[in-house]
Amino acid sequence: MHQVFKRPVSLKDVQTHFCPGCHHGTIHRLVAEALDEFGLQQETIGIASIGCSVFLYYYFDIDVIETPHGRAPAVATGVKRARPDRFVFTYQGDGDLAAIGTAEIIHAANRGEHISVVFVNNTTYGMTGGQMAPTTLLGQRTSTSPTGRKPEVEGFPIRMAELLSGLDGVAFSARAAVNTPKNLMDAKKQIKKAFRYQGEGKGFSFVEVLAACPTNWGMNAIEANERVGREMCEYFKLGTFKNTAGL
Amino acid sequence: MPRIEIDELRCKGCALCTIACPKKLIAMSEQINNLGYRPAVFEGTEVQCTGCALCAEMCPDVAIKVFKEQ
Amino acid sequence: MAKRLLVRGNEAICRGAIEAGCRYYFGYPITPQNDIPEYMSREMPNVNGVFIQAESEIASVNMVMGAAATGARAMTSSSSPGISLKMEAISYMAGMELPCLIVNISRSGPGLGGIDASQGDYFQAVKGGGHGGYHILVLAPASIQEMYDLTMLAFDLAEIYRIPAMILGDAVVGQMKEPLVPHPRPDRELPAKDWALRGKSGGEQRYIKSLYLGDGELEAHNWKLYAKYQEMKAKESRWEDFLTSDADLIVTGFGSAARIAKTAVMMAREEGLKVGLLRPITLFPFPSAAFAERTLRCKKILDVELNTGQMVEDVRLSVARDAEVHFYGRPSGTGSLPTPEEILGQIKKYY
Ligand SMILES: Cc1ncc(C[n+]2csc(CCOP(=O)(O)OP(=O)(O)O)c2C)c(N)n1
Ligand code: SF4
Ligand code: SF4
Ligand code: SF4
Repeated sequence: MHQVFKRPVSLKDVQTHFCPGCHHGTIHRLVAEALDEFGLQQETIGIASIGCSVFLYYYFDIDVIETPHGRAPAVATGVKRARPDRFVFTYQGDGDLAAIGTAEIIHAANRGEHISVVFVNNTTYGMTGGQMAPTTLLGQRTSTSPTGRKPEVEGFPIRMAELLSGLDGVAFSARAAVNTPKNLMDAKKQIKKAFRYQGEGKGFSFVEVLAACPTNWGMNAIEANERVGREMCEYFKLGTFKNTAGL
Repeated sequence: MPRIEIDELRCKGCALCTIACPKKLIAMSEQINNLGYRPAVFEGTEVQCTGCALCAEMCPDVAIKVFKEQ
Repeated sequence: MAKRLLVRGNEAICRGAIEAGCRYYFGYPITPQNDIPEYMSREMPNVNGVFIQAESEIASVNMVMGAAATGARAMTSSSSPGISLKMEAISYMAGMELPCLIVNISRSGPGLGGIDASQGDYFQAVKGGGHGGYHILVLAPASIQEMYDLTMLAFDLAEIYRIPAMILGDAVVGQMKEPLVPHPRPDRELPAKDWALRGKSGGEQRYIKSLYLGDGELEAHNWKLYAKYQEMKAKESRWEDFLTSDADLIVTGFGSAARIAKTAVMMAREEGLKVGLLRPITLFPFPSAAFAERTLRCKKILDVELNTGQMVEDVRLSVARDAEVHFYGRPSGTGSLPTPEEILGQIKKYY
């Protein structure tokens, strides 16, 4: 017998702290598979952010630095400028990247830093208990928008993949999801493409991945997974928004 | 014959593998595992499983291994 | 004879940093330190270094964190309000034990305050201005030569103790011109950077973090940091003694205030008063032992600062029990820099 599906070597064989059905686990694996496939494990420096994915170093078997909330792209800039020969990626949630770290992501992107960004959009602040995020959908109830997000009070969910694609410094920007096998296979391709951009020295690459947070959405894993397709994919369209090198 | 192995100790009982399997070969156990979850169990036969690995791809906890003849 | 240059303090810092092997500068404009990023933007490319004008002080100090995590010598500079913005990352780097250099050419506050020389940031610098209870190495140059020398020393000590280092200056020492004798970085044995991120490269995984959630982990980490601070106190306290051995009154102060005080001390000596100056060069570690020892004999201390009294607290904690500590402060703003005559008046008042 031949094992056709196995754990990527860049992903440690340990239990994660993620809740059942949390897509962080899936996205971790896709990132690790991409690292394996391009043979990057030994030359990668991962940049962890603050959120449920803070323990990047416990789950990935790569060098990692944990960074202050929102500042991963700035730290990545420092790492990449000091070690341009290393593969550098950030892994950030939507509170981290699209709220407190907006300035850092926009300017790292605008400078065209040769880094890759994996952005996990789960429409909420997972780690702190389900507060409203900049990506929270209209009408969505969170612990700080208890009657649902209202545009006249809280504004609109922010579409980061589109927003960043408008910057000249960005070489690649895409959005994917992991809620169905088909979407997941596409997500895998988009992550690999983003990594190829850096590997081939083609500039800043960004992949947003829509993700379920069953716990803070008050749903079971199956319901949360369905919500990704039903509500999130409606507002946050999947696709490639920029692909300057046509990879 | 293709076959899958579900690591009961890693399974968090999310059931995402059950909706991923095109042949509906995975169900949830009535037993509780040591993490306190009802783990997934393979209920099909080796004849039915195609080894497509969609169940494993969807598993957030990398709890499924898939094997196939060369 | 060694070549002498006539340069401003801020330039001396840049020259010292480059001589010390710093090749990564990240900053954001703010008066009165703009000549530092300007100089670095010109000179870094000539030494194959990197200069980035970041989007904010927060981003720039986090870029320093990234470069420092790879083992590179990296620095940022700013002035008071910008240093406040950097505090979160400084706390992280203290927790991560990352060596780096932060320069504060401080200005007067609080708030936007003004751009004049001030020592209002002493507490922020030496008491762990960010959260969580930590210290960083703080050096207070009082001359252009020291701006150069202490910058080099800061990089070395930062690596030896795996700690962020700060140069605390102000517009006086930053903007004035004095002769500088540049020289190569003194040879000093430095520990291997076996913690630096490099991509596994066939070795063990390395990671740098400040989060400790395991039972007892964070307490142990804090005690480890504490032991390091104690070791620094014992080994790295630095100060200048000027005519203190026979003094009946010792004036103290750091940085620019100490310069003015020194002139006042010389004026007092001309008038036959036995007055000396004890000038802390390291603000953290504070040279407590020097104060304790000097005040066994000399019972009068006059502390002069450009604030309403900050370092004086450390002086009081350090002196012999029966010593009197007097304070003279001018919280600065335009026209608030004390004159040597003014300080001489204070010396006479307490002598
Ligand atoms: C400066 C600062 N502010 C706030 C926090 C608290 N905090 C930790 S994680 C987080 C939000 C995490 O949400 P997100 O980035 O969406 O990631 P998720 O947990 O959903 O994966 C916040 C606000 C912090 N750690 N630091
Ligand atoms: S709180 Fe949400 S994002 Fe965090 S681990 Fe649980 S499901 Fe995942
Ligand atoms: S490998 Fe395919 S057919 Fe077999 S159990 Fe998994 S999803 Fe079903
Ligand atoms: S997807 Fe994985 S964790 Fe979820 S039930 Fe199936 S085997 Fe268990």
